[in-house]
Amino acid sequence: MASLLGRFCRKLVVPGSAHGSRMTSTTACGSETVKSLNLYSAINQALHIALETDPRSYVFGEDVGFGGVFRCTTGLAERFGKNRVFNTPLCEQGIVGFGIGLAAMGNRAVVEIQFADYIYPAFDQIVNEAAKFRYRSGNQFNCGGLTIRAPYGAVGHGGHYHSQSPEAFFCHVPGIKVVIPRSPREAKGLLLSSIRDPNPVVFFEPKWLYRQAVEEVPEHDYMIPLSQAEVIREGSDITLVGWGAQLTVMEQACLDAEKEGISCELIDLKTLLPWDKETVEASVKKTGRLLISHEAPITGGFGAEISATILERCFLKLEAPVSRVCGLDTPFPLVFEPFYMPTKNKASSSSSLSSPSKNTHFLIHGFSRLL
Amino acid sequence: MALSRLSSRSTTLLQPLATTSLLRRRHISTDTTPITVETSLPFTSHLISPPSRAVETSSQELLSFFRDMALMRRMEIAADSLYKAKLIRGFCHLYDGQEAVAIGMEAAITKRDAIITSYRDHCTFLGRGGGLFEAFSELMGRTTGCSKGKGGSMHFYKKDASFYGGHGIVGAQVPLGCGLAFAQKYSKEEAVTFTLYGDGAANQGQLFEALNIAALWDLPAVLVCENNHYGMGTAEWRSAKSPAYFKRGDYVPGLKVDGMDALAVKQACKFAKEHALKNGPIILEMDTYRYHGHSMSDPGSTYRTRDEISGVRQVRDPIDRVRKLIIAHDIATEKELKDMEKEVRKEVDAAVAQAKESPIPEPSELFSNIYVKGFGAEVNFISPLETTLSFGADRKELRATLP
Repeated sequence: MASLLGRFCRKLVVPGSAHGSRMTSTTACGSETVKSLNLYSAINQALHIALETDPRSYVFGEDVGFGGVFRCTTGLAERFGKNRVFNTPLCEQGIVGFGIGLAAMGNRAVVEIQFADYIYPAFDQIVNEAAKFRYRSGNQFNCGGLTIRAPYGAVGHGGHYHSQSPEAFFCHVPGIKVVIPRSPREAKGLLLSSIRDPNPVVFFEPKWLYRQAVEEVPEHDYMIPLSQAEVIREGSDITLVGWGAQLTVMEQACLDAEKEGISCELIDLKTLLPWDKETVEASVKKTGRLLISHEAPITGGFGAEISATILERCFLKLEAPVSRVCGLDTPFPLVFEPFYMPTKNKASSSSSLSSPSKNTHFLIHGFSRLL
Repeated sequence: MALSRLSSRSTTLLQPLATTSLLRRRHISTDTTPITVETSLPFTSHLISPPSRAVETSSQELLSFFRDMALMRRMEIAADSLYKAKLIRGFCHLYDGQEAVAIGMEAAITKRDAIITSYRDHCTFLGRGGGLFEAFSELMGRTTGCSKGKGGSMHFYKKDASFYGGHGIVGAQVPLGCGLAFAQKYSKEEAVTFTLYGDGAANQGQLFEALNIAALWDLPAVLVCENNHYGMGTAEWRSAKSPAYFKRGDYVPGLKVDGMDALAVKQACKFAKEHALKNGPIILEMDTYRYHGHSMSDPGSTYRTRDEISGVRQVRDPIDRVRKLIIAHDIATEKELKDMEKEVRKEVDAAVAQAKESPIPEPSELFSNIYVKGFGAEVNFISPLETTLSFGADRKELRATLP
């Protein structure tokens, strides 16, 4: 029932709450107790529930024992014991490989990679071992119980190696799933779905929102279905697609656009691989315009995949080229982070919203040039 | 009068004194009369006979050790305050407590020997001849920094001193260091590479890959494990089956050194360099300690007690050890040393003030040095239609010209 309601509940826009929180919330489904939590607490709750409900589940990674660098694993070692929640040495390749083996024996391994920037030593294990295990063994073996969690994305001052968004690399691998939540409530449901999904999942958590995002999160065990995008704001003039922390930025751009009379439809993709093409397609067929935004560099980013697919499916309905407002094609910079990031001003003045004849150099005016 | 006191205290080696002019104030800092000091602990070795515990040094060297270590200590403390004042952003990993490793190593090698290390590189940079002003500028992200403000705390480099940085990913610098050693061997430079890594990085697979290659090809690589006993928040006994990092090389010889004793470090590095030039790789494990947490975001007290930290500070502090040596050998008085420390403090404060005035890099620097100019690689901006526009955080339109 929860999943059905999730699919058909219309989302409400709830004006301003504190702490830069997400501005939407679902209608309460039934009489569930909710608690105001931030992102790391929601994830912590999800992990507690996952370990409680399945005695053969384990959480491990670097420094998770004392709670982890972002406090996501607080209390787990104390509650479930050092045999189920433990620290590993500093070796990402070893950690993920170990997790694959554990999952192959029918356990649920929830692996933490301390920062997504450090996931690359494990890339071989994820791509060559985890993603292809079921396929190459003819379904005899699988590592579906594997879930890899990693904080990703800009944090304001992270620099080259504490801010990367590597989701595009993983979206290119058939056999794994890639999931990115946008808020505490979503994170808890999506993480529980990811852990219980019978496929290996890479779960990226927007680290900027660990403390910044606060939301009412139901206390019970609930799951949010994977591969289902959500229309979090309805509109009729343009479709915006994004995920993770970037949605907060895009929502601000939408509000600015409203003032200029442009009605924006905002979609949270949630699962990037496999992604919900139908929802985005339906929306673009309605509005005729698409803008995709993500923090990762623009070339080869996941926005390119969305753009190509939508072009194939909605070519005749499109009124302007698909626009991508993304990070620049540079290594994630240190002092230049504000220039690199796809801010709401870049979104507002994206060229897909301007008529072709106008001079695109005076771009402060943004959406109004759509019409 | 003062000189005679000196000669009566120096040990067995009575060499004719260097001719220094006798002024009212002792000019001991130029005295290079050899003094022999014993290291605090004997060396423990693996597959090799350890060097002697008796280290040759001189007043000049001891005083320079003291001054340089005091400078490093002061710099790290200044960086701490700057970080808390939000002038340094990002991640900042401080080296105070471990200064003896950087100083002792420099005393044993030349600027043609290469050093490559992890992100805890401020003092290593200083040891290689880097200036305080460049260091603070880089920390605050200014153009006058050693990496033009684009690297930050974790990415200090100095090409003319063969300092290859400054690396953020743990353990990634080790195969690189072995590659540097290969290049040195190939060009017959009679130089070695010192590759530094921590006890956390010692568990990375790429380390063993690099070790195997270095041993197979007899590369002049000295792998130095700066064992400060904590891989961020995890103690070594919890992450390593064998915390005897100097033995981890298996077929590669190793030496365990008291990393808080600058003279022991010097002896070990000298020994290691000779070995590496003749026989190939060797591992040095420096038993050291960091007073700060892993980085400025880590208080450093959730996984170890404050008593432990203050205990090490009281008993094993590298600067205090050299101070005691200097006073025992009557090279300088306590007051003179304190004056030196005050001088150092002024120097650091001046560099900080100067660095604060330096400009931040031009916006066009965001796009420079990604590729080499002129080979057809253009950076893609917001869309192909807008080629040179980018926006600042305050809605001001900025034109960034492509180099």
